[in-house]
Amino acid sequence: MCNQAVGLVAAELERQGISTVAIQLLREVAERVRPPRALFVPFPHGYPLGKAKDPQGQHAVLDAALRLLEDDALKPPVLVDYHLSKD
Amino acid sequence: MGDFSEFSLPIRLFLRAYPWRRIDPVPWAPLHKPLARCRLSLISSGGFVLPDQVPFDASIPGGDPSFREIPSDVQVRTLIDTHRSETFDHAGLREDPNVAFPVDRVRELVESGRIGSVNRRQLSFMGSITAPGRLMRQTAPEAARWLLADEVDVALLVPV
Repeated sequence: MCNQAVGLVAAELERQGISTVAIQLLREVAERVRPPRALFVPFPHGYPLGKAKDPQGQHAVLDAALRLLEDDALKPPVLVDYHLSKD
Repeated sequence: MGDFSEFSLPIRLFLRAYPWRRIDPVPWAPLHKPLARCRLSLISSGGFVLPDQVPFDASIPGGDPSFREIPSDVQVRTLIDTHRSETFDHAGLREDPNVAFPVDRVRELVESGRIGSVNRRQLSFMGSITAPGRLMRQTAPEAARWLLADEVDVALLVPV
């Protein structure tokens, strides 16, 4: 339900001219709801940015999300997979 | 992870039958300036409130569509998890609210110059909303008005 809620809020913001990027934890929901610009992360519910007390890992997710905002080639709805670093 | 198999059978059946709200047409607001010059606001559906704020109301049928204002200089350890859902593990976001409300990380992005600034107020929703009519008609448009008044360029949205 959280995934749908942020998607619906993101859509309203985009209608009003604010660029958005939404994290998504459930691919099936993201594909059905279609938030305008979304990063699908392979983490369990409750952990949208990955592990607790892991600033480096959290920054990696945020950077991937911000890059979607900078990619002029993307067209809505955008749903891009986040790939975990092998490091 | 990432699909319905993460949940118990009753929850999976509910999710499969649920009439997900399809956004159509999909609105699109491309970025018109570098992120290093953008003002960002964080929006989380993690159900966080400050100690002096009214908790989200788990008794509202269909879910509580309201939101709370969280100032940009908040100390994350003061955020209280009031999310009603028992379908996910709350341990991570209670140990480190940045997991779902990454305001420390956003402030670091400002310090590094990756983004221009963080808005003076972030927004906290509780996302367990099965009947999103009021969210779509009232509170999401109200959130948009707030952020437009703040001249926010970018919003980062984080579910749990």
